[in-house]
Amino acid sequence: MAYLDISDVGISFTRSGKTSEVLQGVSLGIEQGEYISIIGHSGCGKSTLLNIVAGLLKASTGGILLDGKEVNSPGPDRAVVFQNHSLLPWLTVRENVALAVDKVFRGRKSKAERRAWIDENLALVNMLHAADKRPAEISGGMKQRVGIARALAMEPKLLLLDEPFGALDALTRAHLQDQVMEIHARLGNTMLMITHDVDEAVLLSDRIVMMTNGPAATIGEVLPIPLERPRRRLELVEDAVYTHARAAVLEFLYARHAAPALAA
Amino acid sequence: MSTTAAKFPFEAGTETLPASPRPAAASASAPPRAPAASPEPRLTALLKVAGARVVPPVAVLAVLLLVWEILCSRAGAGLPPPSRVLAETWDLIVDPFYDNGGTDKGLFWHISASLQRVALGFAFAAVAGIALGTLVGQSVWAMRGLDPIFQVLRTVPPLAWLPLSLAAFRDGQPSAIFVIFITAIWPIIINTAVGIRNIPQDYRNVASVLRLNQFEFFWRIMIPSAAPYIFTGLRIGIGLSWLAIVAAEMLIGGVGIGFFIWDAWNSSKMSEIILALIYVGLIGFVLDRIVALVAVYVTRGTSAQ
Repeated sequence: MAYLDISDVGISFTRSGKTSEVLQGVSLGIEQGEYISIIGHSGCGKSTLLNIVAGLLKASTGGILLDGKEVNSPGPDRAVVFQNHSLLPWLTVRENVALAVDKVFRGRKSKAERRAWIDENLALVNMLHAADKRPAEISGGMKQRVGIARALAMEPKLLLLDEPFGALDALTRAHLQDQVMEIHARLGNTMLMITHDVDEAVLLSDRIVMMTNGPAATIGEVLPIPLERPRRRLELVEDAVYTHARAAVLEFLYARHAAPALAA
Repeated sequence: MSTTAAKFPFEAGTETLPASPRPAAASASAPPRAPAASPEPRLTALLKVAGARVVPPVAVLAVLLLVWEILCSRAGAGLPPPSRVLAETWDLIVDPFYDNGGTDKGLFWHISASLQRVALGFAFAAVAGIALGTLVGQSVWAMRGLDPIFQVLRTVPPLAWLPLSLAAFRDGQPSAIFVIFITAIWPIIINTAVGIRNIPQDYRNVASVLRLNQFEFFWRIMIPSAAPYIFTGLRIGIGLSWLAIVAAEMLIGGVGIGFFIWDAWNSSKMSEIILALIYVGLIGFVLDRIVALVAVYVTRGTSAQ
């Protein structure tokens, strides 16, 4: 069985008597150390799927196993990097990470060890220099890096990234993508990332999961990206495997499963 | 913020100040720093800023005093002119600490008695108000059950509670404190509830991923996140308390600035009433600023001043 096993997951929401099926029959296996991207048009339920894996939403049907254990509530073994960073504005950068570290490692690490671990994770995302600043005092890209440090510091079995670079400008985004690739190479985390950026998906992923449009969205196709690591974005521009993968995703998104709003 | 808050039934109340920066914050903010070229231009710049802030109120005050002086200096005027107020109350101003026993005390003792009542009543209201507001903000059923009752009770004028509390406590002191409590608690409850309700889902998600327990969630997420709202409630509450104490003390007697005013009225000492009103206004202003400063300190600047 896969490290993360999503089997036949479906979810429906009932609002004012009307039931709408958002996800149906989603099955996916992810191996340890894999980097998986989920891509699809907005409203296809990809964030919903991530929230189910995180335990923030309960699936109506099917179930999820992580490392052989059933997922039914949120927990630090599935740390989330939220789209809008979700740092607590009244805490400094270090305190934000400390909130997670102190909660997860209380009793397992001494105070000094926890402090060192916090600094180590801030250094990993190059944010140690701003450790005593508040979120309002740092840029959007920096906030997201702190969000990543907070998630990594929990030593999760699975790192969930919900459009982590979506709110950033193109240059900052490229820089952070490189950092995440480096971290993935160094630590070998299992990663599940939601994105709507085709280049980002191809560059970062081992496999790309492409979702069909809702209602009752499901996995349309899983595309493996057989590119060697480490990957360098400049060298990939003309790489045949890269361009082919990119074309395949574009074809899926815009030819076979065009956004309903655009098709109409 | 106003769009999310508008969904909440409590928002119908008029007592919810916006937590966002108010126009007042602009005038209270630090003066812009002048470029530090040499001490002299900096000094003149400082003087300029001070002039811009101090001259207008002083000028307006001077004009008002002048008009008052002219209007009330005529024969048969109902109120004393400022010059006579100053002359007649000079002893009270220079010696606020005298104590001849009974209620014949200096203004310091009257004001300190009033402040003690407000401090006690307001402290109880703050603790109970934040607790109840948290309950109502957190639980839909508590809101459905309590909100209608609160909405009715909060419209009861503070002094209307006085006879009931006198009957219950059989003593002026606890009755006055209770009136302060019941006056201050509603805006604290209502604003706390709005603040709790407006905790972003993101923070709740962070808390559940970290598996914070109820206690940790309350102290680490809820209170800091709702703090700007809570302090808005506390500021309104302290203002109302100070309004209510003067009226309550007029009725219960004893030592206190309200009784002092009533006593002066009974002895037709208009000048003393006017002096007391000035003190009441200044102290009300100071109380408001104190709560605002505590808010800035506690919320680490994320709350509007």
